[in-house]
This record gives sequence, structure tokens and C-alpha cells, in this order.
Amino acid sequence: MTTYFDYAATTPVDERVLDAMMPFFTERFGNANSLYAIGRDAYRALEEARESVAKSIHAERPDEIIFTGGGTESDNAALIGIMTKVAPDGGAHLIVSAFEHHAILEPAHFLEKQGYEVSVLKPRADGHIHPDDLRAEMRPNTKLVSIMHANNEIGTINPIKELAAVAHEGRALFHTDAAQTLGKIPFDVVELGIDAASFSSHKIYGPKGFGALYLKKRTPFNAYLKGGGQEFKKRSGTQNTPGAIGFAKALEIMVAEQAEEGARLSALRDRVIDGVTSVLENTEPSVSAGERLPHIASLLIKGVEGEAMLLQLDNKGISVSTGSACSSGSLEPSHVLLSIGCPPEIAHGSLRISLGRFTTKEDIDFFLAEFPPIVERLRAMSPVYQKMFGSK
Amino acid sequence: MLYSDKVMDHFNNPRNVGVIEDADGVGEVGNPVCGDMMKITITVNDSDHIDDVKFQTLGCGAAIATSSIVTEMAKGLSLEEAVAISKQQVADELGGLPPAKMHCSVLATDGLKVAVDDYLKKHGREPIAGEVKSADPNFDPHADEDDHDHDDEGTGHVHDSAGPDGECSVCCQQI
Repeated sequence: MTTYFDYAATTPVDERVLDAMMPFFTERFGNANSLYAIGRDAYRALEEARESVAKSIHAERPDEIIFTGGGTESDNAALIGIMTKVAPDGGAHLIVSAFEHHAILEPAHFLEKQGYEVSVLKPRADGHIHPDDLRAEMRPNTKLVSIMHANNEIGTINPIKELAAVAHEGRALFHTDAAQTLGKIPFDVVELGIDAASFSSHKIYGPKGFGALYLKKRTPFNAYLKGGGQEFKKRSGTQNTPGAIGFAKALEIMVAEQAEEGARLSALRDRVIDGVTSVLENTEPSVSAGERLPHIASLLIKGVEGEAMLLQLDNKGISVSTGSACSSGSLEPSHVLLSIGCPPEIAHGSLRISLGRFTTKEDIDFFLAEFPPIVERLRAMSPVYQKMFGSK
Repeated sequence: MLYSDKVMDHFNNPRNVGVIEDADGVGEVGNPVCGDMMKITITVNDSDHIDDVKFQTLGCGAAIATSSIVTEMAKGLSLEEAVAISKQQVADELGGLPPAKMHCSVLATDGLKVAVDDYLKKHGREPIAGEVKSADPNFDPHADEDDHDHDDEGTGHVHDSAGPDGECSVCCQQI
């Protein structure tokens, strides 16, 4: 038996999504750019998928949706595509937040090496980016601000509407990485007032290797992939028709089930948090105040190293993730937790439990039964637990 | 990153866990800020051989497995033989370790070295283990690692060490 608690990492493809995609691998396999009947069939299906995605995010026009090869590509394309268009010779200023996904941090770092100015804005201890802090960071030559809609590790939701307004006051464009929020909470590009946004398909029960970039009409943009001029000359390469069909279908289901599923998941999330913190001493949620995603429970389990917990849970068939350095072969704990002021020795013991469509209350109760003995065993093996955290 | 079956066995069923009361030598190494901390206690017989070893470790799977196997390797060895156990020997004994985890075997061998020297010093004898960096509270196990690659990509990390400032800003930094 497998109990999967890593929906923020990836999700299984929903059967309804798979059914919608299947014909486009085989009989309806045409190249959407071909003029004959089977090509036109693929083209129509692709454009219907685009219209559906545009409608789901309340975009004003379908051609504001550019299909890509995933969230990372969309993030790279947004930052590099916009910055190199507005300031081809460098010198312009970009602001990103410190707890972005590396798909934002790394292209920002790349741009900095190419002669652009980059500021990294820290979240406050509550795990949110504050509009006043962004305002203080703005410069006369700030051209783009990129701040994630919600954080993938701690689940905090940033005030995107207010942040975009601050960027626009300073005549800068605003991009948001919405990989973790699309379909899970309301997402309206007009209401939020954003210029660009990145989406990923495999976070919402669609196929891996597919995503989209929302680019508001007339947003300056250098094509990141050059070639045959597909996707309105913004992303060359033969379109992944089954991917687009699957992504659109996945998003339609997410939007239709959003309210009910959000309420169900946030109750389960709180059950995890309360269940762990009430039974185990020296445990707490990474963040407790402010807007949070319904499906992410981020916990700090003090005095235990995260990878050890992860592996012990895996022995029980339970899949989770951790911000510990050791979990990933990396050498330092989660940059997200460090950015909100979590000390490294605590960040090593963080656990992310992310829930989804197929998570049941029984799954949570199974976890709550298996987890405390694991923590207690590891704490008993620690040479410093007593010293650092006292009794029991 | 995959662990060998032997690493998983020692992680899931660690040998010689605990603390020897009235131990002859005690070694404490590592730093919780880095996520790794080990305490090793030994008893030494009249012919300068290790009789018993026990350990406690806070750390990842590899840290626990390397601690466990070092206690098995050290039992019955002379003090000279015990301090000569290398990190490579520990890794080999476990059927190999992922490159990023090699520092965990340093922690285990260092713990043993400190415990041996602690025994010798208590008996007014000269230490034999040499300098042990991980006994320093500010120890950074990654400081001299070759594979600390800031441009590493595609390794499947949730996070990696390269921030937008291009510096490994917090690696085992004391807060």
C-alpha cells in the first residue's frame, strides 16, 4: 500500500484527462501546422484547448496563452524573454523574491551575470511578501517584478494584486509563478492585474512536460525558443497537442471542483497539523498566520533530521518531502525556510505533507498513527535532543 | 540518489545504539546546524583494544548507517587500528555511498578518533588521532568537498546550493 503525500511535487494523471488525451496520440495525431484535414483537426483541438485555458484564468484573449514544455520553461521564458526585450543591452533592474522556485532564481542569477541588476526580496517571518517591502525595493530602472503566487514548500499565498499594483506604480511589469496555485485557488489574471504568469500541467493531474505562459497582449517578449514560429512566434516547436488537450481538461476539472475540493483539503491539512502538533512535543507548523494553500502542511519537527524521517516513512509506504539538506543530495537546508528566518538546525527537520484529489481521511489517520513512533525513535537516537529540547 | 541495501539495513536496524555509562572514551563530533551530530562511547581493555562501542547520531540515513557500521568495524581493534579507519573504508564497507554523502563517513571515523584520544588523554598518554575538524563546534563538513558544485543542474533537488547571488550563503553558517 502506498500513501502518497507529495501532490505538490507531482500528481497522477486523472483518468478523465487521460481519456481526453488518448485520441491525440493515435488517430488524431496530425501536426497542428499542416494544412490538410488531419492537421486542421489537430489545429482546431489545440485552439479549443487554448480557449479553454484562457477562459479558466479569465484571460481576455486566447492568444495570450503560450503553450510550453512546463513550469520551468515558462519561468525562464518570462524572465529572460521580458528582460532581454525591454533592455537588450542589460542595465535594467529585476526583482524576485528570496523564496522563489529555482526555476525563477536561476534565470535571475543568469541575467545578473549578463549585466542586469537583480534584487532578491525577502518574505517576512509570516511567509508572505509585503507590498511595502516591494515598494522600498523599486528603482527607477526596475522593469520586471516576479513573485510567486504561493510558495511550494510552506504554502503561503502572496498578495499578488497588491504587489502587481506596486510594480505598476513604478512602471515595471509583473510576473507570477502560479505553478502551485493554478486550479487550487481562484486565479483571474485581470482581477490580479498581472502581465505574465507561469503554469505547470503535472501539478493539476495533467501530463508531465507541459505548461503554459500567460503573456498579456503587448507585453514585450523575446522568443525564448526560436524556429518555425509556432505559438504566435513566441515558442517555436511543433505543439504538443495531446499535452494541450490534457492540460486544458485538467484545468477545467480543477476549476469546476475547486471550492468543494479546497474545503475538503484544508480540513485534511488541519487534521495533519493538529494531529502531529498535539501528539508530538517540539513540533509546530512552519507558518501559522495569513493566507495558505489548502493542500500543503509544512511542519517543523525539532531535533530530527528530515531525510531520516522521510526514509522511515517510506518504509511504511508513505511518501513525503523535506527541506532537509540531506534529502536531495544538496548541502544546505531549504532556502525557503531559511528565508523566513527558520534556523538551519530546525530547517533540517522540516516535513512537507501535500495532499490532493485521492487523499482520504483514512490516509491521514494512517500517517498520524505511524509518524509519532518514528520521530520518537529518531529522537531517542540523537545525542543532543535531550540537551537541546529538554524533557520527555 | 540511491542508497545501497547495506546502507538501508544499517539505517533501519542500527547496531550498537546507545551510550556506555562510565565509558573509557567519549567522542562528540558534528554540528546540529549542519544537520549531523554524533556521540560515540568506547570501553578499552588492558591490551589497548576496543571492547565495546555505542553511538548516538542525529542525522540523515547515511549518517546513521555510517555510525552504525563504524561501531561494528571498531570492536576488537587496537587503538592504532581504530584511528586508522578511513572514510573510504567505511563507505566501501557499506557498499558505497552517494558522493554528496561522503562527509557522513568522516563524521563516523572522526567520532571514533576523538573517543580514542579522549581515552588516552584521560590516562595521561599522548593522543594519536591527529587533528579532527568535525570536533570543532563550527565544523563545516562540506568545506573541502570537491563536489560542492554551484552550477550543478538537473540533479532533481528541491533546492540546491546556488542562490541568485551565486554564493552558497548559508551552508553550515552559524546563525
